[in-house]
Amino acid sequence: MKRFVLQVALLAALTTGVASAQQILINAAGATFPYPMYSKWFDEYHKKFSNLQFNYQSIGSGGGIKQVTEGTVEFGASDGPMNDKQLAEFHDKHGFGILHFPTVMGADVPVYNVAGVNSDLNFTPEALAGIFLGKITKWNDPELMKANPGVKLPAADIIVVHRSDGSGTTYIWTDYLAKVSPEWEMKVGRGTSVNWPVGLGGKGNEGVSGQVQQTPNSIGYVELIYAVQNKMKTGKVKNAAGNWVQASLAGVTAAAASSKEMPDDFRVSITNAPGKDAYPISSFTWLLIPEKIADPTKKKAIKDFLTWMLADGQNMTEPLAYARLPKAVVAKEMKAIAKVQ
Amino acid sequence: MAASSTTVSSAGPSRPAPNFLERLRGGDEAAYVITFIAAASILLVTGLLVYELFINSADARAKFGWAFLFTQTWDPVNDQFGALPFIYGTLVTSFLALLMGIPLGVGAAIFLAELAPPKISDALTFLIELLAAVPSVIYGLLGIFVLVPILRVIEPSLRAVLGWTPFFSGPFYGVSLFSAGVVLAVMIIPFIISISREVILSVPGDQREAALALGATRWETTWDVVVPYAKKGIMGSIFLALARALGETMAVTMVVGNDPKIKASLFAPGYSIAAVIANEFTEATGKLYTSALIELGLVLFALTIVINGVARLLVMGADKYKT
Repeated sequence: MKRFVLQVALLAALTTGVASAQQILINAAGATFPYPMYSKWFDEYHKKFSNLQFNYQSIGSGGGIKQVTEGTVEFGASDGPMNDKQLAEFHDKHGFGILHFPTVMGADVPVYNVAGVNSDLNFTPEALAGIFLGKITKWNDPELMKANPGVKLPAADIIVVHRSDGSGTTYIWTDYLAKVSPEWEMKVGRGTSVNWPVGLGGKGNEGVSGQVQQTPNSIGYVELIYAVQNKMKTGKVKNAAGNWVQASLAGVTAAAASSKEMPDDFRVSITNAPGKDAYPISSFTWLLIPEKIADPTKKKAIKDFLTWMLADGQNMTEPLAYARLPKAVVAKEMKAIAKVQ
Repeated sequence: MAASSTTVSSAGPSRPAPNFLERLRGGDEAAYVITFIAAASILLVTGLLVYELFINSADARAKFGWAFLFTQTWDPVNDQFGALPFIYGTLVTSFLALLMGIPLGVGAAIFLAELAPPKISDALTFLIELLAAVPSVIYGLLGIFVLVPILRVIEPSLRAVLGWTPFFSGPFYGVSLFSAGVVLAVMIIPFIISISREVILSVPGDQREAALALGATRWETTWDVVVPYAKKGIMGSIFLALARALGETMAVTMVVGNDPKIKASLFAPGYSIAAVIANEFTEATGKLYTSALIELGLVLFALTIVINGVARLLVMGADKYKT
C-alpha cells in the first residue's frame, strides 16, 4: 500500500514535471533490505531539490546487479558485493568499471522458540553451524548446554527454519557460517539461496518468524531490523573475541569499525569481525555506481546525493533500525566519490 | 494482419455476389477476420512463451540435458540443478487437491443445481463465486494462521488411523505437502462448483422429465441422467481447477515448507515448481542459475500439457467403454 502511494506520488510528480525542462529522473534498482532507508533518503533529498527525483525499484540484489550491468538503470544496489566474474562482465560490456559504496549496515539474528525456555539463549559459532548442518539435532546437546549453564533445555528435536526466497539475509547468514565452520564452507557454501542440509523454508522474514513462533523447539534467523520492530527475543552470539554479544545497532557499527583494513573497492565481508563489541553476523549493503556517467547533470546529481547520504543521511539511519557507517568508512567513501567520472 | 485477411477472402465461401466490400458490410468477413485474429493471438502468445522459455533455458539444457528432470540436487552455490523434487511436489499437492476438491466440489454443485431450493442456491452460489475472487496470498495466510494450527490438532487422529502407511509417517511440522494440498483444495473448489453448477443447470428439462416419467426418483434422475449429460462440462471444470492447482504459487509456498527433498510422507515438507521460481528468481545471480529456473518454467508448462492430455484421453477412454 505504501509502495502504491509512493508510485502514485511519483506518477504525479512525473506528470507535473514534464513542463519544466530541469526535471531530472534517476532510475535505480536492487536490494529490498535497505529499501525503507533508501526510500526515506530519496524522499528527503527530493524535498531539498524538488527537480530531482529518484525512482528506486526494490527488485532484489540479483536484479539490481543484472539491471545496472545491462544499463537499464543509472545505478544498482546490492546486499552482497559483486563477485569478480560479475565485475568482469560489467567491464566487458561498458569498457569501464563499477564502484561499490556502502550505505548502511544490517545484521542477522538467531530467533528461537524452545518449550519452557524464557531466558535469552547463548549460541557459539560451533552450535549455530552444527544446528544448521543438521549435526546438532537436540536442544540438550552438550554444545548448547555448555553455552547456557543453568538453562533447562529440553531433549527435543531442533527444527531448523531458513529463508526460502533468495535473499541478502541468507547471504549474510551463510557467509558467517562459512567463516566459522570449514565444514559449512565445503558442504554448503555462501549464497542468496543455498542447498540447505536441513530445515523448512519460510518466505521472507515474516515467513521465518511466523514459522518459528508456531513451531515448538524451532530456530531460525531474521534481519535485525525485523526482530527489533517486532520485539522478538533474539539469541546472543559469541563473537571472534570470545564475548557474548546481543545484536544491536552499535554492535553492528563496531563490527564494521573493527573489521580488517577496508579495501579500496569496499568489497568486504564484516562477518565474524574481531572487535570485542562486534556483533559477528553483520554486513554492509552497497550502492553500485558505474565509474562513468555520460549525462553531466545526472552525474552531478548522483555524486551530490552520495555526499549528502554520507553526511546528513547517516543521521537518519537509527530511527529506521539500520546501523550507521563508522567514521573511517565515511571518510574513505567521501574520497572515492571523485572516482565517478 | 494484411496477410491474414487475404487468406480469409480466398478461403471464404463463394456466393453469387462476391463483392468483398458488400460481404464485409454483411458482417461475415469482418467477424471471421476479427475472431481469427483473436484466436491467432492466443496461439501467438503461447508460442512466444514456449519460445522464450526454450531460448532462455539454453544454458541449463546444454549443461544438464534430460538429467535435469531426474536428479534431486538443487544447489545454487555449486551450480547443480535438478528438477525432480519440484516436479514431485507439484504433482503431489495438485493430486491431493483434486482428491479432496472433486467430491466436495461436484457434490456441492449437484446440490446447488438440482436439490437446493432456488433461494438458498442463489445465495450460496454468490458466496462461492466471491471465494473464487479471493487473492491467493489470502489463502496462504489463512493456511499459515488457521489451517496449520487446525491440522496440528487433527494430525494425531489422522496418524492413529493412517499412520501405518508411509504417507502419514514421520514428524509433522505444520507446513507440509498435505497442508499445501488442503489449501489448494479450498482454492479450486469454487471453480469446480461454479462451473459444474452452470453446466448442470443447462441440462435440458426434457431429460429430467423423461427420467421422472419413467419412474426414476429425483436422485436417480440427477445421478443417472443429469450428471452423465453434464459430464463433459464437469470434466472441463476439473481441468481448469487442476491448471490452477499446478500453477499456484503464493498460497503453496506459504504452507508447503519449501524443502526440495522427496519423501513418501505427506507430512514432510516439499516444494513446488511455481513456488521455487517465485522464491529464487529475483535474487538469482549467474547465468546457469537463472537459466535453470527458466527451464523449470518450461517443465511446468510441459507438465500442464501432459497432465491435461492424459486426463482428456482417460475421459475419452471412459466414454468409449460406456457406450
